[in-house]
Amino acid sequence: MNIHEYQGKELLAKYGVAVPKGGVAETADEAERIAADLGGTVVVKAQIHAGGRGKGGGVKLAATPGEAKEVASQILGMTLVTHQTGPEGRLVKKVWVEEASDIERELYLGVVLDRATGRPTVMASTEGGMDIEEVAAKTPEKLLKVPVDPALSVWPSTARRVVYGLDLPAELVREGVKFVTNLYRFYDEMDASLLEINPLVQTKDGRILALDAKVNFDDNALYRHEEVAAMRDEDEEDPLEVEASKFNLNYIKLDGSVACMVNGAGLAMATMDIIKLAGAAPANFLDVGGGASKEMVENAFRILMDDPDVKAVFINIFGGILRCDILAEGVVEAVKTVNVGVPIIIRMEGTNVEKGREILEGSGLDFTVGKGMADSAEKVVAALNR
Amino acid sequence: MSILIDKETRILVQGITGREGGFHAGQCQKYSREFAGGGGAVVAGVTPGKGGQEADGVPVFNTVADAVRETGANASLIFVPPPFAADAIVEAVDADLPLVVCITEGIPVRDMVYVKRHMEDSGAVLIGPNCPGVITPGGCKMGIMPGHIHKEGTIGVISKSGTLTYEVVAQLTEQGLGQTTCVGIGGDPVIGTMYIDLLRMFEEDPATEAIIVIGEIGGSAEQDAARWAKENVTKPLVGFIAGQTAPPGRRMGHAGAIISGGEGTAAEKMRVMDECGIHVTESPAEMGLTMARALGKA
Repeated sequence: MNIHEYQGKELLAKYGVAVPKGGVAETADEAERIAADLGGTVVVKAQIHAGGRGKGGGVKLAATPGEAKEVASQILGMTLVTHQTGPEGRLVKKVWVEEASDIERELYLGVVLDRATGRPTVMASTEGGMDIEEVAAKTPEKLLKVPVDPALSVWPSTARRVVYGLDLPAELVREGVKFVTNLYRFYDEMDASLLEINPLVQTKDGRILALDAKVNFDDNALYRHEEVAAMRDEDEEDPLEVEASKFNLNYIKLDGSVACMVNGAGLAMATMDIIKLAGAAPANFLDVGGGASKEMVENAFRILMDDPDVKAVFINIFGGILRCDILAEGVVEAVKTVNVGVPIIIRMEGTNVEKGREILEGSGLDFTVGKGMADSAEKVVAALNR
Repeated sequence: MSILIDKETRILVQGITGREGGFHAGQCQKYSREFAGGGGAVVAGVTPGKGGQEADGVPVFNTVADAVRETGANASLIFVPPPFAADAIVEAVDADLPLVVCITEGIPVRDMVYVKRHMEDSGAVLIGPNCPGVITPGGCKMGIMPGHIHKEGTIGVISKSGTLTYEVVAQLTEQGLGQTTCVGIGGDPVIGTMYIDLLRMFEEDPATEAIIVIGEIGGSAEQDAARWAKENVTKPLVGFIAGQTAPPGRRMGHAGAIISGGEGTAAEKMRVMDECGIHVTESPAEMGLTMARALGKA
C-alpha cells in the first residue's frame, strides 16, 4: 500500500527520523496559517501518490504566508501530470507545507528487501535527488548496499558503514547513525515493503533531514497496523480496482479491450500474454482466486462489464480448488443480471469440467467454448474482428 | 525415483481442523489410496488445543513434536491462517522435520524474513509459502493441486504459480510426457526454496530426464537459476515466463510479481534464459509442445 508524503513524514517523525517541520492543508487559508506558524520561507508540495511532482508544477517555494496562500490556491484543485501519473494526471486535494531547507548536499537513503537473500538491505548514495535506478545502472559504484541481518537489526557498526559511505562530516556522524538506525527500525516494525528518502539532505546549518519520503507497506501485514490501513486513499486508485478489492478480487485495470477472468495469478498473467500473442490486448488482470464463490464470480463479471473499453470477455479457468461448475453457475447468473453486449469466450479445464460445460450449454445463453489457451485466444480475436 | 516426496513420505498436516486443511488432507488421502497404493499418506494432524481428537480418522496432536514422536511423520503440510503461519513453519523446523510445505497465502514478508533467517541453522527444506505444494505422481500428493491431471514420467516441473502449473502439467500429459515431481515454489517475495536448489535435485535424480521452469515477473530468481543451470545442469531445460504484458509498478496478484525500477521484466528473464541455453517459449499454450520438441518427440 502507498501513502502520501505527508503521512510518511508524520509516521517517520514518530520513530525519531528527522523530517522538516510542516503541516498538511486542504485549503489555501490553512496553508497560509501553517506557513505563518512555521515562519520564514516554506515549500508547498502537492500530495498525490506519484513522483516527479516538482517538474509538473506541484512543488513551489513561498517567502511569506501570503505567498504560501497564493501558491497553495494554484496547486490545490489542479490536475497534476507527471511521468508517473499517466496523461490523465491526478487531482490535487491536499498540500504539505514545510519549512524550506538550506541545502548543502543531496543524498539518497533507502531500505529494500533483497529477494535473492531474503534480507533487508540499506541502500545509500551520494547522488541524491536522482532516479536511483539510473544511478544503479550508470554508476553502480556510487550505490552502497549494506545487507542487514534480521536477527541483529541495524547495529551501530552497520549504520556507520552507511554513514561513512555517504561522506557525512564528522560532526554529523552521530546524527547520521541515529537516522539510519531509526529508519531501519521503522522499516522492520511497521512492515514497510519499501522506504526511500530521496533526497536526504545535509543542510547548511548542520542537520540531516528527510526532504522527501516514499513509504510503501506490505498489504499482507496491514492487519497489524490499523493506523496505516486507515491512511489508504481510495481517490488515488482506479475506481474499478477499489470496487474489486471490496470483494477480495485481485483486479488491475489495463488499457486493452479483452476482459479476462482467470483463477490464479500466474495463469491470469499467462492469459494476458496469450491474448497479446493472438493480436489483441488485455483490458485487465483479474484473479478470482482459488476459493471463489458463485457470488465472487458474479461480482467479478459485473466489474469487468463496467469497463467501457471492453469488447470481448475471455474466461480461462483451470479448476483445482475452484470447481468449474461453481464458476459456470456464477457466470450464468451474472449474464442474466448484467447487460452483456459483447461476446464471451470460455475455456474450462480441471475439476468438474463436464458439469461446468453442461451448466453453460443448458443455460441457453450465448457462449463460445474454446479448447485450450491458443484456440480460445484465437476465438477471442475472431470475435473482436467480427 | 523423484525428488522431495514419494511413497515413504508420512505427511503431517498443520491446521488439519480448519476448513482448508481438513478438505485438502482428505484429498491427499484420496490420492494416496487411488494413485499411490496407500503410500505418501497423511498420518497426523496438528492443531494446538485439539490434541487427542481425530480428523477424518487422522489423530490430532497439540504440537508438531508430539505428532512426530507418535506417528513418525517426516514432512509437514501447512494450512494455518496467515497471521500464525510463520510460527507454524518455525514449529515444524524446530521439530527437525526435513521437509515443510506451506500453502498459506498472505504471510507478511517480515515474518518470512525472520523464518528464513531462523532456517539457516537447520537442515530443513521449506517449499512455499503461497504455493500449490509438491506432487510425485503415483507416489505422494502433498498440496492442493488436482491429482488426476498428473502422470508418472520423467519431467521435473518447477513453478512459481498454482494454476499455471496445472496448465503446464496438463500440456505435458497431453504430449505423453509424465512427471517425476512437480514443485510449486510460491509467488511471494521471500520463499523457502528457490529454483536453483530444485534444479540441483532434479539434476541428481536419475529418473528425471528433462526439467521445465515456469517463472513470472519480479525479482531475478529466474535469471540466477538460468545462469546457474548453464554451468551445472546437463538435462534439457524448457522455460516460460508469465507477465510479458504486465505493466511496471503493479503487483500482479502474487505479492512478488512486480516489475520495479525496470527490473524483473519477462523480456529480460526470457533473454537471459535463452542465452543460457534454455528452450524458451513465449506462448503459454506451447509449454508442453516445447518440451516435446526439446526431447525430439514432436
